[in-house]
Amino acid sequence: MTCLPASTERKLGLVIDLDTCVGCQACVTSCKEWNTGGHMAPLTDIDPYGGRPDGVWFNRVHSYEHVTEAGGRTVHFPRSCLHCEEPACVTVCPTGASYKRTSDGIVLVDEDKCIGCKLCSWACPYGAREFDTDVGVMKKCTLCVDRIYNDNIAPEDRVPACVAACPTSARHFGDLGDPDSAISQLVAERGGVELMPELGYKPTNRYLPPRARTENGAKAAAPALETLKAEGGFLGWVDRMLS
Amino acid sequence: MSEASRRPANSAPSQRALGLARAPAEGDGVDTSPDVADRVAKTTCYMCACRCGIDVHIKDGKVRYISGNKDHPVNRGVLCGKGSAGIMQHYSPARLTKPLLRSGPRGSGEFREIEWEEALGIATERLSRIRQTDPKKLAFFTGRDQSQSLTGWWASKFGTPNFAAHGGFCSVNMAAGGLYTIGGSFWEFGEPDWDRTKYFMLFGVAEDHDSNPIKIGLGKLKARGAKVVSVNPCRTGYNAIADDWIGIRPGTDGLFVLALVHELLKAGKIDLDYLIAYTNAPVLVIQEPGADDDGLFLRGPDDRPLAWDREAGTAVSALDPYIKPALTGVHQVNGRRCVPVFQLLAERYLEETYSPDAVAERCGVDASTIRRIAAELADVAFEQAIELPVAWTDWAGRRHATMRGRPVAMHAMRGISAHTNGFHTCRAIHLLQVLLGTVDVPGGFRFKPPFPKLAPPGPKPAGKDGGRPMTPLSGMPLGFVTGPEDLLVDEAGKPLRIDKAYSWEAPLAAHGLMHTVIRNAWAGDPYPIDTLFLYMANMAWNSSMNTVETIRMLTDRDEAGDYKIPFIIYSDAYYSETVPYADLVLPDTTYLERHDCISLLDRPISHADGPGDAIRHPILAPDRDVRPFQTVLIDLGGRLGLPGFVNEDGTAKYRDYADYIVNHERLPGIGPLAGWRGEDGETFGSGKPNPDQLQRYIDNGGFWHHELAEDQRFYKMANRSYLEFAVRMGFKERTGPVHFQLYSEPLQKFRLAARGHGKAVPPEAERARIEACMDPLPFWYAPFEETAIDTERYPLHALTQRPMHMYHSWGSQNAWLRQITNQNRLFVNRKTAAKLGLDDDDWVWIESINGRVKGQIRLVDGVNPDTVWTWNAIGKRRGAWGLKDDAGESNRGFLLNHIIGDKQAGAGGYSNSDPVTGQAAWFDLRVRIEKCSAQEAGFTEPQFERFAQPPHFSPTAEKLSFGAGFRKGRVA
Repeated sequence: MTCLPASTERKLGLVIDLDTCVGCQACVTSCKEWNTGGHMAPLTDIDPYGGRPDGVWFNRVHSYEHVTEAGGRTVHFPRSCLHCEEPACVTVCPTGASYKRTSDGIVLVDEDKCIGCKLCSWACPYGAREFDTDVGVMKKCTLCVDRIYNDNIAPEDRVPACVAACPTSARHFGDLGDPDSAISQLVAERGGVELMPELGYKPTNRYLPPRARTENGAKAAAPALETLKAEGGFLGWVDRMLS
Repeated sequence: MSEASRRPANSAPSQRALGLARAPAEGDGVDTSPDVADRVAKTTCYMCACRCGIDVHIKDGKVRYISGNKDHPVNRGVLCGKGSAGIMQHYSPARLTKPLLRSGPRGSGEFREIEWEEALGIATERLSRIRQTDPKKLAFFTGRDQSQSLTGWWASKFGTPNFAAHGGFCSVNMAAGGLYTIGGSFWEFGEPDWDRTKYFMLFGVAEDHDSNPIKIGLGKLKARGAKVVSVNPCRTGYNAIADDWIGIRPGTDGLFVLALVHELLKAGKIDLDYLIAYTNAPVLVIQEPGADDDGLFLRGPDDRPLAWDREAGTAVSALDPYIKPALTGVHQVNGRRCVPVFQLLAERYLEETYSPDAVAERCGVDASTIRRIAAELADVAFEQAIELPVAWTDWAGRRHATMRGRPVAMHAMRGISAHTNGFHTCRAIHLLQVLLGTVDVPGGFRFKPPFPKLAPPGPKPAGKDGGRPMTPLSGMPLGFVTGPEDLLVDEAGKPLRIDKAYSWEAPLAAHGLMHTVIRNAWAGDPYPIDTLFLYMANMAWNSSMNTVETIRMLTDRDEAGDYKIPFIIYSDAYYSETVPYADLVLPDTTYLERHDCISLLDRPISHADGPGDAIRHPILAPDRDVRPFQTVLIDLGGRLGLPGFVNEDGTAKYRDYADYIVNHERLPGIGPLAGWRGEDGETFGSGKPNPDQLQRYIDNGGFWHHELAEDQRFYKMANRSYLEFAVRMGFKERTGPVHFQLYSEPLQKFRLAARGHGKAVPPEAERARIEACMDPLPFWYAPFEETAIDTERYPLHALTQRPMHMYHSWGSQNAWLRQITNQNRLFVNRKTAAKLGLDDDDWVWIESINGRVKGQIRLVDGVNPDTVWTWNAIGKRRGAWGLKDDAGESNRGFLLNHIIGDKQAGAGGYSNSDPVTGQAAWFDLRVRIEKCSAQEAGFTEPQFERFAQPPHFSPTAEKLSFGAGFRKGRVA
């Protein structure tokens, strides 16, 4: 069993806007390319050109359809580690390999301590853990811990790779523990939600729900058009307008 | 560029770095500051055709990471799923490694490796003989390349009219529809005013197209709360986040749009001032049935079109800026009966046939929805108009205190164009935009320089003499016809080009018809050729219709046992399904190993706020014996002694493509790149070649961008300051305005020819079709296939699109992208499936009049119930792309192309193309689906023989540990 810090100085995490995500996979492959050479390198791909390609990915997008009272919608749902405040994947770890950082709340795996028992992946209800069968250790989203503090990267680029790449600007990053931070304010404004709060793991990441929209397009409510009734109909109107 | 569009994307306060002075002292031994790169090179992406700027991080001689260039006008720092997977494309196992000469039968994949000198010798000997005897016997067609200003020029100097790139099977309907109407079009030609529009309509966009700009734009619209309306049979991708999804029936968009026009006209919600100022709405049209100028513009002695001046009571030049033109009425001028264009237009679209009630069932859209959208368009355009406090002067010298905007913007692409009614549908969309006064105004659709050009722009296509030995063409092979006399046909009306572009079959074929070349060359119709020279187009697979037959044509032999298409030269970087059909293979480089220019002469990277262009430059040296195709082409030009490619003493003029990019001048002072011209790089647009030009581009991040002055950014069709700039840059010849052609006189000229008028008249058999389809006003007609077949037997429309993370055939060789999709399903509406007794995951036969293909279904709600669709080009042929034999792509994925006819259903000789432009009508397809037997389930059919692998091809990796070597302290 591994202990959690009583509290963390920051609660770094991601906020993902489901109203704007078009499911383009930019966050998925930008994560892959950064991290396959990054802190947990490599993100091994087994049978990459064959019938059962199976690689390690820290971030995946799932697309599904959802029916609401207002009609059906297609939802693109990016899924990665939520950096929970009370992550079961850490407490279940028998060796201390899985741990939550005190300074920023990032949940990491120390590969040297990981024995590949996979208890953490069984414990995580969000499916965020990725076992590298080639290396024999568990891997996962690092919140780009090797980017966000990296002195070798331009200061403005020290954000997770997925946030930098996202073409629709659907991904946000910051300290969700600070209610005054821009990201916390965004969550407040847009009614951001936790995933499965009932499980009690207190995820740090938030999802912004799709904005209400209706099939009758209330957002651009416009009075119905009226047919020109006056003399001469439409062409008569044109003449009057020009005269 | 406006402040908002200049800012890097993803720079909101909630997307910024933490701004800490140092990493927190966690004490867990994590290296938070590893070295990322030894160097960062800025170049242009080529994971699709969007041409985003990329920062390529190189470490230990390998690509560590590719990110978006924050300064780049196309992508502002973001990078899509394809671009971010560029590493795996660069290191693809399917990369060709050496020139190949076929050693087995065509299509077997059996080759022997040869040296470049031998390869170029074979090509030179063959091409030289063709040039000396009959240059049109070389058909040179390039695919999705971005060097058409070079390749077209090469063809012109060689003397063959048989040149085109891939536009004919991509989106020429959009390009031609736009260029003949407003002198511009979507994508490279223009863009929505993402920063100001309040109402955005998106029609039929394949999701891999204009990838990052559309995504960045949608993000901006969402952030501002603008309304997004998508008109698309499929509710995926962009359509998934629209506020309104109109799941229209394929091929009926034109009807839907013209019903909106009907509603707006009926209610008087159109911008009359805009129509008078910027369009040919007031121009008088002669109305004398039977006359040889019936339907043409009434013109004055100086040949200028005339309009009726209400105040003067007389006909005057329609271009006179001070007239008060009539838009309605019948006017007698010099005994000719004339009406303004606007009157014709109003009469047509006020017809009840275009009313919402009349079109609703056919479109699969409620009449009330059509009325609502018309009302919303009117409300936003006229009640929510915006005003920029920017004074400007129009072409006639009139000062305007502000720039008025009607914040409705539209974008449309493949779903509109890939039908036999696509040209007119595209024109209908532009008509709607113009009636609302939203073209190149704040909040509307904006031109990207060098557009707008005249509608249509010049020049005309060259090659009327069919190509003569040792003689260059008089101009470029592709261009814009303005009447029947410009067609490339012989005296009997037979096509002069192998693809039948600019013939009566496809008069406005501005991009050629690459999709017809293999069949026509095989059939010797209109004549046999000697050599088919192709570049990066997968014509033996997903870029052709009727794949099974196409493959047969490529391998078919005559009585003497010789191939009917005698010789095929192919250049590509990868082992695609087309490589095995070549006799000679010229291996190309990857996009990180080459020079390229993204030129204003071709498909530039301009922004609506100013022109731009860009380069690629070699970041890594090839580790294989491959050469960049453009350099090879220039080398061949020199060996053949083509004019322009050799000096007076016969030596090669250009060392390679880089040398050409810098030193070639198409016109004095105008070269492939506009930036840093002049000997010291002090000018742009026009100027002497600058020997240091490429380095200046590299120093600037790989691109050049000029920002227009604030008063030049809108109303470019009539903005004096902008028009003067455009002339200075060589975009236009004169500073006169661009008048939008709602009524297209060139089309009417074809109609008159069909009625027997003029010198060039169509053969009898072509007349009815020309008469019907060359209507000078946009109209809607049913896609051809459904009018010719039994639609009860084939009740479903079938479409394809590319996923956002793939680009045409390229994605499946990419170890990362293919993990996201390696089997395509056929998406079927849940209700439709229930009626057919189909369950999720069932295997079905998908049958058209052309044959059947087998695939697995996935049930969804978000698709028009009469439509099925699938991801295109996921299905692959065994042995290609470096994939293993058990790959999902060749066992479970399928290619819908097998059942798309390349001939128009029930119409004799015509290809399956738009009758105006020749655009391939991929989306006219109708199918039926039926559950297959239990024995047939689980694998796709038809299956094809496996290709042999080229010599010395590396065995496919069982495992990839890419990046392990970058990690500190770990041995790779």
